[in-house]
Amino acid sequence: MTLTQILAFAALALVVGLIRRPRLRLFILFTASVLAVFALQPSLPIRGLDFWLPTATLAIVVYSWFVTAPSSARSLKQNWRVLAVLAGILLTLGATRYLDINLPLPVSRPPQIMQILLAVAILAALGTLIARLPVWIGSVLIAVLILFLVVLKSPVLSEWASAALRRMNQQSTEMASALDFRWLGFSYISFRIIHTIRDRQNGKLPDASLIEYVTYVVFFPALTAGPIHRIERFLSDLRNPAPLNQEKLLDAGQRFVIGLFKKFVVADCLALIALNSTNALQVQHAGWMWLMLYAYAFQLLFDFSGYTDIAIGIGLLAGIRLPENFNNPYLKPNLTQFWNNWHMSLTQWFRAYFFNPLTRTMRKKGISIPVIVLNTQVSTMLLIGLWHGVSWNFVLWGLWHGVGLFINNRWSDRTKAWMDTHITTRPQRVVSQICGIVLTFNFVALGWVFFALPKLQMSWHVFLTLFGVNLG
Amino acid sequence: MELTLAEQPEVKSKEKINPLNVIFKALGLFIILNILFTFLDPGNMGKLSLYNSIFPGRSRLPFGENPAESYNLSLYNLNAMLASHEIAGAEKAGDEFRVVLIGDSSVWGTLLKPGETLAGQLNQMGLTCNDRKIRVYNLGYPTISLTKDLMLLDRIKAYDPDLIVWPMTLESFPWDKQLSSPLVANNRTAVLNLIEKYNLPLDPNDPDLVTLTQFDKTLVGQRRNLADILRLQLYGFKWGATGIDQVYPETFEPAQIDFEEDITFHEFVPPALQEQNLAFEIISAGIQAAGDTPVLIINEPILISDGTNSDLRYNFFYPRWAYDQYREMMLEKSEAEGWNYVDLWNLVPADEFTNSAIHLTPEGENLLAAETSQAILERVCTHE
Repeated sequence: MTLTQILAFAALALVVGLIRRPRLRLFILFTASVLAVFALQPSLPIRGLDFWLPTATLAIVVYSWFVTAPSSARSLKQNWRVLAVLAGILLTLGATRYLDINLPLPVSRPPQIMQILLAVAILAALGTLIARLPVWIGSVLIAVLILFLVVLKSPVLSEWASAALRRMNQQSTEMASALDFRWLGFSYISFRIIHTIRDRQNGKLPDASLIEYVTYVVFFPALTAGPIHRIERFLSDLRNPAPLNQEKLLDAGQRFVIGLFKKFVVADCLALIALNSTNALQVQHAGWMWLMLYAYAFQLLFDFSGYTDIAIGIGLLAGIRLPENFNNPYLKPNLTQFWNNWHMSLTQWFRAYFFNPLTRTMRKKGISIPVIVLNTQVSTMLLIGLWHGVSWNFVLWGLWHGVGLFINNRWSDRTKAWMDTHITTRPQRVVSQICGIVLTFNFVALGWVFFALPKLQMSWHVFLTLFGVNLG
Repeated sequence: MELTLAEQPEVKSKEKINPLNVIFKALGLFIILNILFTFLDPGNMGKLSLYNSIFPGRSRLPFGENPAESYNLSLYNLNAMLASHEIAGAEKAGDEFRVVLIGDSSVWGTLLKPGETLAGQLNQMGLTCNDRKIRVYNLGYPTISLTKDLMLLDRIKAYDPDLIVWPMTLESFPWDKQLSSPLVANNRTAVLNLIEKYNLPLDPNDPDLVTLTQFDKTLVGQRRNLADILRLQLYGFKWGATGIDQVYPETFEPAQIDFEEDITFHEFVPPALQEQNLAFEIISAGIQAAGDTPVLIINEPILISDGTNSDLRYNFFYPRWAYDQYREMMLEKSEAEGWNYVDLWNLVPADEFTNSAIHLTPEGENLLAAETSQAILERVCTHE
C-alpha cells in the first residue's frame, strides 16, 4: 500500500466511523472493501489479469458464503441487492475502458464490457450451482484454495501459470515470469475463508449475511497484510459499533501514526542497510554481516508490525477492532514465547486449524509426547514456511523453527525442576531472562537468513561469513 | 485496596484529551517549525556526517543513479558530499604530500573500482615528492563543466592540498555547459559567490540556476534534500560493509566509433573556434582560487576513432577541426599565462576506452597514471 492509499483509507474510515446509521455504514464499508480489492491489486503485464484476479477473489468470497451460510439465507430473493451491487461495480469498472481519463482504479485498462458481462453470467451460473450443493462442497473449496496458494507461492508453478495465461492471451510466453501472477491479499483472504468453512463444518460459525461476509473477508485495512481476524469478533463490532468518541479517535490516531512511523521511517530506513539478495555475497566480514542481519530482523518487525498498527488504527476509526499481531516478540526469553507473540493471528490460525487437530489425532493413537511434539511443531512450522513461499529456503526456515521449538520444549521439560530450585533470586531470574532473550533473538535472526534470501547457496555463504569462515 | 474508576488518574487524564486540540497543536508546531527552518541555511545540514567516524569516508564523492545497488546517490549538498569523503577525515601527516584530483567522470572513475581510478593507481605507485609520501584524493565528479570543477576547487583548499591536478577536456569549456551541471544549478549561492569573487562572465540570473522560493526553504520544501542527506548517511553502512560505490555491469555499450557526417561542435561550425567561445576565464579563476598551491592542468585522453567518418570526427564529442583548434588554444594560453599544462590527448589507444570517449579501462588509467606521476615528479616536485 502506498502512503496515499493509506491516507485515503484512513479518511474513509473516519467518515464511516462518524456515520450513525448502521445500514449505511455497512454499505460503505462493503463498497469500499470491494473497490479496494481492485485498487490495491498490482498492475500485471498479462492483459486483463489485474482485473480478472480481483473479480475471481470476489467470486470465491461469494461462493464461500454460499458454502457457509444456512441454506435458508441463500435465496436470490434475499441477496439480489448485494449481488447486483457487486455486478454493478464490475460493470462500472469495466465501463471505464471507454473513458479517456486516468482513474485510480482499475489499475490498468479493463477488459471489454462484453467479456465482463459474459464472466458475470458464468460466475452467476456457477454460484447458483454451488448454492444448491451440500456442505461437503466446503472441503472442495478449501482444496481449490490450497491449490491456488501452492501455485501462487511456487515460483515454478507461477511461471507455468503465467506462460499458460500468456498463451491464452496471445502474448509472448518468453516473457513469462512468476511475478506476472501476483494476486493481491490472496493468502490472507484464503485463510479467512478456510476459517469460516471449517467453523461452519464444526458448527461454530455465527450466521452472517452476504454483505457482512464479503466485508469481513475483504475488509480493506486488513486486505494486504492482515491481520487474519476472526469473523465472530468482526460481526460483533460491525453490528454494534461503538461511537467514535474522543478516546477512540485518540487511540486510533496514535496507533495509525505509530504504524506510519514504524513502516515509512524506521523500516524503510533499515531496509537501506538490511541483508538482501544483492548484498549477501558482497560482504566478507562477519561484523558487518551480523549488523546487516540484525537490521533485516528489525526491518521485518517494524515493517510488518507497522502495517498491522496502520490496519488496527484504520479499523478502529471505522469501529472495527482488529486483533493484535505482534507483542514485543524479540523480547521473549524462549522460542515458544516468540511464536506466541510474532504474527499472532497467523500462528493462532495454524494452532486452531492444523496444530490442535493434529495433536488430538496423534494423542488418540497413543503416540508418545516427544514424538507428538516433534511431529506437530515441525509440520506446523513447515506449513508456515511454505505459506510464505514454496522454496527450499522457506522449507529450511520452517525446519529451523520447528526443530527449535521441539528442542525448546524438551529443554524446558527437562530443566524446569532444576530451574525452579536453583534460579530463585531476582538477579538470577533477570540474568536467566536476559540470556534467554539474547539466545532466542539470535536464533530467530539466524533463521531470517533463510527467509531473506532466495537461494540456499546464498544462505550458506551468509552463514559461513557470519561465523568468520571466508571462502574467498 | 481496590481503586474505584474515579480514583484512577490515568484514565481520567486520558479522557480529558481533546483530539482536536492535539491536531491544532500539532499543526501549529508544524507551521512554526517550517517557518523557523526557512531561516536556516540548508547547506549547513550536510556538515553533520556519520562518515569518517562511524563509517569510513568514501574514496570519491557521492554520485549514483541506482542507490539500491551502488549504495551511493547523487545529491546537491556540497557540505554533505565533502563530509562523506575520506579527505574530510584524513589528518594530514607531516610527511604527506597531499594531491587532490578534480575533474569530470573520467577522474571520478565511471565503471572503475576506487583502486582502478587515476587517484587509486597513483596511490598504488607509492610515490614520494621531496621525501614526502604522495597521497592522492579523488575529488572528481561526473558531469562536464569547468564551473563545477571550480566550485569544488574553491572548497578543497580547506583540506590543505600541496598540489591540485585538474584533468579537463574541451566539452567542459563551452559557456552553455557551465551552469547546466545539476550540482552547479542547485548551488546558486555558491555560484554567485564565485561570480563575484573571481569576476566570472557568467549570468547570475541564468535560468539554469535554481532559485529557492520561501516555500522551498521550509522543512516541507527541503524534504527531498533532507531525505538525500539521511540516505547518504545510511548508505555509508553498506559502503563500509562492501566497499562498493558504483554498479559494475557485466556488459556495457562501448563508446561510439562510427559517426554521422557532422562537423558541428555545440553551435559552432568551422572554420574557427574563437577563444571567447570557451571558458578559459574559469581556469584562470581556478588558479587564482588555488592561491599558493600549484595546479597541474591535464588535457585528458580522448578516444581517437577509426570508424565511419572518423576523418571528420575524433569521437562522439569532437569534430577534428574544433578539437585541434582547442589544443592549439590551450597550449598558447598556458604558455601565455604560465599554466602548468600537460597535453595527454592521444595517450590511450582506442581499445582502452569503455562506454564514452573519455572513460578509460583500468589499463588506460594505468597509462594515464604513469604520465601524470611523471608530470607531478618532474614539474612540481623538482620546484619544491
